[in-house]
This record gives sequence, C-alpha cells and structure tokens, in this order.
Amino acid sequence: MSQPLSYFDEMRTADDRVQEPYQGYYDWFKNDDMKRLLQKSKEAEAFFRRIGITFNVYGQSDAEERLIPFDIVPRILAAQEWARLERGITQRVCAINSFLHDIYHRQEILRAGRIPETLISQNSAFTPEMIGVNPPGGVYTHIAGVDLVRTGKDEFYVLEDNVRTPSGVSYMLENRETMLQMFPELFSQINVRPVSSYPQLLRRSLAASAPNGDRGGKPVIAVLTPGIHNAAYFEHAFLADQMGAQLVEAQDLRIEKGCVAMRTTQGFQTVDVLYRRIDDAYLDPLTFNPESLLGVAGIMDVYRAGRITLANAPGTGIADDKALYSYMPDIIKFYTGEKPLLSNVPTWRCSEPEALTYVLEHLNELVVKEVHGSGGYGMLVGPAASKKELAAFKAKLRTRPENYIAQPTLALSTVPILTRAGLAPRHVDLRPFVLVSPNRVEITPGGLTRVALKKGSLVVNSSQGGGTKDTWVLEA
Amino acid sequence: MMLGRTARGLFWMFRSLERAENTARLLEAGWHMALTRSNEWESIVETAGMGADYREKHTEYTSSDVINYMLRDTDNPSSIMNTIAQARSNAREVRTALSSEVWEATNECWMAIKEKLARPVSARNLHETLSTIRYRTSVVRGALHGTMLRTDIYNFCRLGTFIERADNTARILDVKYYILLPSASFVGSSIDNAQWEVILRCVSGERAFRWLFSGEGDSREISEFLILDERMPRSLLFCISTVHKNLVQLERSYEERYPSQNRAAEMRKTFEASSIEGILQDGLHEFLRGFISQNMQLAATIETDFRFYK
Repeated sequence: MSQPLSYFDEMRTADDRVQEPYQGYYDWFKNDDMKRLLQKSKEAEAFFRRIGITFNVYGQSDAEERLIPFDIVPRILAAQEWARLERGITQRVCAINSFLHDIYHRQEILRAGRIPETLISQNSAFTPEMIGVNPPGGVYTHIAGVDLVRTGKDEFYVLEDNVRTPSGVSYMLENRETMLQMFPELFSQINVRPVSSYPQLLRRSLAASAPNGDRGGKPVIAVLTPGIHNAAYFEHAFLADQMGAQLVEAQDLRIEKGCVAMRTTQGFQTVDVLYRRIDDAYLDPLTFNPESLLGVAGIMDVYRAGRITLANAPGTGIADDKALYSYMPDIIKFYTGEKPLLSNVPTWRCSEPEALTYVLEHLNELVVKEVHGSGGYGMLVGPAASKKELAAFKAKLRTRPENYIAQPTLALSTVPILTRAGLAPRHVDLRPFVLVSPNRVEITPGGLTRVALKKGSLVVNSSQGGGTKDTWVLEA
Repeated sequence: MMLGRTARGLFWMFRSLERAENTARLLEAGWHMALTRSNEWESIVETAGMGADYREKHTEYTSSDVINYMLRDTDNPSSIMNTIAQARSNAREVRTALSSEVWEATNECWMAIKEKLARPVSARNLHETLSTIRYRTSVVRGALHGTMLRTDIYNFCRLGTFIERADNTARILDVKYYILLPSASFVGSSIDNAQWEVILRCVSGERAFRWLFSGEGDSREISEFLILDERMPRSLLFCISTVHKNLVQLERSYEERYPSQNRAAEMRKTFEASSIEGILQDGLHEFLRGFISQNMQLAATIETDFRFYK
C-alpha cells in the first residue's frame, strides 16, 4: 500500500499554524461559542428543508427527498490562488470548445495524429448527427463544470470535465445565501467575492448565444427539465426562477412553423434558447432514441436549421468521456498552442495492454473509474476496497478493459468541518462553474466544494454520502 | 406568458388545498356532532364523496375509522394527507410561478401535516390535528393574498379554489337537501336544529348565519344563505361570481374572450335571477345536481380554453 500518509490541509499548516486565507475566518471562529455554532448548523438543515433544496436519490424505491448535508465552515481560496485557477479553466474550456467544433467538422486533430482515430470513431459519446452542424454562436459548452482537486499548496489537478449538463450550481448559490443569513457579521469583516450574479450571467450568456444574435436582448429562454421526479429538479426550477425563464417539460414543446414552441395559456410561443437538462438520448425521439417518450420530435431538425440554441449542444459528452480525458493535455496544446496551465491526473487507459497489466498489479493503490460513468457510481477506490471487491473488479477489468481507466489515489486536500468534537479535517474537491458565450468566458468566483463527511473517505459525491460547503474567494 | 401546464398546476394546487380544508371542516362538524348529540359520521363520509370507497374497507362508521380514513389513509385519494401531498407536488411543479412565501408556506404545510398524520389520530387529538391543518392552509392562503402579483397566475389559483368550493357546498347541501325541503310535516313542529347545524358547520357558517339571521331562521333561509347570499364566501353565488370575475380579468390581460367566461356569465346571471322559492319549488335536489354538473363542465371548459393539457 502506498497510500499517502499526510494530506495538505487548507486551514492548518503542518506545524499547526493557520494558513493565510483562513486567518480572518479563524479569528472569528475561535472567539465564537461552539454551542451557538452547532445550533446554527441545525438551523441550516431546517432552512434547507423548508425551502425544499432536496434531491431525489436514484435507485431508492421510496423516492424520498433527501438533503445534501451542508457544513458551515467555508472553504476559502486566496485571490491569487483563484486567479491562477481561472486562467487554467478558461484555457481548458476554450480548448474543449475548439475540439468539439473540430471533431464535428474537419477533424484536424485526427489528421494530425494527435489522438487515435478510434477514440472518436469507436466512442459511443461521439454523435454523428452533429457532424457539420453549426451551433448558433459557435458555442458547444455554454455551461461547464470543471472538477478540481488539490494535493498541495500550489498543486491543483483537473479530475474531470463536466460538459454535458453539469449540476450543483444551485447549491453554490443557496450555500452562500444560507451563510449570509446565518453569519452576516462574518461577511462584514471579511471581503468575499459575491456569487449571486450567476443566474443573471447565465441568462446573458444564453441570450448572447441565441440564433441570429440576441434579438435586441430579449430572446425567449426556457429551461427543459425531465420533471419533478428528477434528482436535480430543484436546481432546474431554481435556475428558471432566478433567470425569469420558463421551466418546461418536453410535453410543453412541439414544432410549430419550423420553430420550437411552448404551449402557453394563449397558444404556442416560439423558444429561442433551450437550456436543456435532459440527456442527448432523450432530446429527440426522431433522431436519437425512438423508444423515448420524453423529448421533442423534430427538435434536431430545427436545431440543424439554426433556429434554436440548445445548451449545451448535443454531442458535447465526448469531451467529458474519461477515455478522452487522458488526452486533454494534448488537446489543449493542439488548439491553444500553449502548455496546459492546469495538470491532468496521470491516467492509465486500461484498453492498452501494458497499462492493464500495471493496473491489475497495483489495483489496491488505484482508483478505477468507468469510462462513461458519473456520480461516483461503478467506481473502485483501491485502498479502501476489500479483497473480495478487488477480486471482483479484476474480473470486470479483464472482461472489458476498454471500459475503464485508472488513476493513482490522490492525496486530496482537507478542509475542516464542524463536528460535535470541534473542527475535524475532511477531504474536498471543487467544481467551479464556467459560462461560455460567443465572445467571452465567465467563471463565478468559487464554485461548489464537495466534502466527504466520513472520516478518511475520499468520495465526495452527494449520492455517496458527501456534503457541501460554501466556497469563498477572497477579494484581492 | 404562462405555460398551459403551469396554469393547470396552479389550478389543481388550489383545488387540492381547498379540498383538504373542506375535508377538515367536515371532520370538525362530525366530531362536534358526535360529542354532543347525534352520530353523523356516515353522512360526513357521504358528503365528502368517499362513501363507496369507504365501504370497501370498513363495515361500520366508528369515529376512529372515519377520522383516519379521511385524514390519512393512503388508499383514499381524497384523504387530507393525499390532497396536501398532491397540492405540494403541484406547487413543486409550478414553483417558478409562485412567490417564495407561497412555496415555502406550502412546503411547510406539507411537512407539518405529514408529521401530524404520521401516526393514527385518536378522537382526543382530532381537534388539535384539525387546527394544525386549518392553520397551515391559512398560511398558504395568506401568503397568496399578501405576496402574489394580481396576474394570470393569481387568477388560476382563484379559479381552482372557487370551482372546488362551489362543488363542495353544493354536495353538502345535496346530501342533506331533504332536511331543507319545506314539508307539511314540519309545519308547526319544532325543526330539527341539530340537522341544520351539521350543514352550517360543514361550511363554517353557523355563527355567520346566526349573526345575519339573529339566531332565528328556517330551512328556506338556510338554503338561501348557502345558495344565493353573496355575503357568504362559501355560497354558490359567491363562488360562481368569483370564478366569473377571475375569468373577466383573464380576458382583460389576454385580450381575448373565452367560452368559459360566457359559460360562467350565464351561470351567474341565472343565479341572480333566481329566487329561493323558485328553486325549492322546482326541486332542490334537481337544482343541485344540475349545478354540480354545470360546474364540472365549466372546469372542463377552463381546461380547454387555457390549454391545460394540449
């Protein structure tokens, strides 16, 4: 076992001093009453329940609505730390957009031999229906979430890119709102960059990508949700509400006179931009999945004719495919001509025989992920797995090696959470939210910090018992 | 601009809330009667329109069976728990159309009632349970009045409330219509006050009635009070006038006149031209059946006019 023995704690240095960005917070914290803070912690939960910030867990028969636990200790980043991340994320997201345009058009990256041709042609996330299609404004990933982990003072890694339908932004916003309500005094003492303009920025960004420009700033925007039983329904409603957009289901939409229109009390009204929170497969039964009862028949024809903006564009999923992930440094270099500013986690592609041999031999040190998986399902954390689990996973790897990638178990940084016994370090990651419009990339300072609440656990996914924290970026 | 589905969700959210409140009111009346004199549980179940389903599960009308069936039986689609859950689910669906106060009040209403109804309710706790229900639904209504813009959103909420309320008042009267009929046998005999009281209690109208009619009154006056009195917020005329008013406001904001408005206008006109003597003479039961069916047709026309479904 080569599990690292020490972790970088973002609040405390190894010799138990308080790290610079946390100085202000810690001064406040140590003078506060522990009992009051624990009480506040409880209040936060009641608050979340009352406003209904819940999610539905897949695979739970009782369809119970659950809360994502919220921890009241913020995760804090210094201005210069953030500035660095911001540059790296911008570079990465721009490269992803160029890459998507390229593989659905001239495929120059394949011609140049920078990535294997089969990686695209054999990839189920590649969407041939998108070949030659020009998304309005040239934007593919209007909304992106880049998952980052930290292992040292200056060591950040991109763990994965989320460019299909990244979720969690409503938690970023509600977490801050909750903190502002519970600890107003903190925010008067410490200058934290606000996040509340996200919905307005999202609206503006979507409007800028509308077909034929933005119609004098007033295109009709709608959020497409699978409905109230979807795990992220709260977020869909929240964003529609905050943007002043309609929240529609596929049953509300149909094609009218060559446009996508929604059924209103006064007849059908054209939609210009659809922020869709349903998967490609359910978008259009005529194009993708004839079995689908969801979706809007014919919407892809309207899209190809350039008469509606779909955010994100269909077919973007190939860019967050985990098999492709390992080529991201090459992709960034190819399209930007620059060195990647953010590192990738070293990755073994199990489809390659040598890599597979290595992975099988070192399984108890590695994290293995399904190439097309997400949400922490179907993944193996080697150091935490039992012998039986390891053996079972080895069998899976041998049967379908191309289905997996493996990465070293990263020494994820820790940030304290509040427990009854006081502050206790827990592992975290970070998902900043990125908005891409035809002429700019905007990143809300901070993002969603997910935290593994179980001591020692490295899995931060909410579906696996993770919680969230408010994330602060300090003013320069 | 509003989605047809949103209009539908608002309409049904408020129908469900109104139904839950009415069921609570019926239970309150039944409980009060059981405490004092007569056992009214059977007619209470009948009035709630749950008779046939109730008899599938129970053979007797004991207070505990009736109370739990109407309050919290998950098999009973109209139990208070189910209607509140339905209202909350509608509210989730139309959340973007609601002020945050209305949404939170609805969500808290559901949470509070769910907790209250988690275990069987005994006759002893009934009053307190019903108070919670009444209080929680009132908060939703208060939030609606206090925080919602007077737009089409508000109109659809009100339409749901008053279509449901009209149906409810008409059914209560219909179940007990024979008591209200002027009959030779009543002449000169003392009228069954207890029976009247059931009717008035079911619509929370017992004090209002005494106040308006100085404690005296006869069956004719009670019928008039509940059918034609526009001061009484649960009377049929009040309900149909309010429905009409909201449809007129929709016409104004949509700049289009819909068939539902004509229908409501006609119903209202007929009511205003009616006298209680005429209604009783032509048959109260027939009148009420006719009204219930017209009211249902009106609801269906509203659905079509405003594209609730397609």
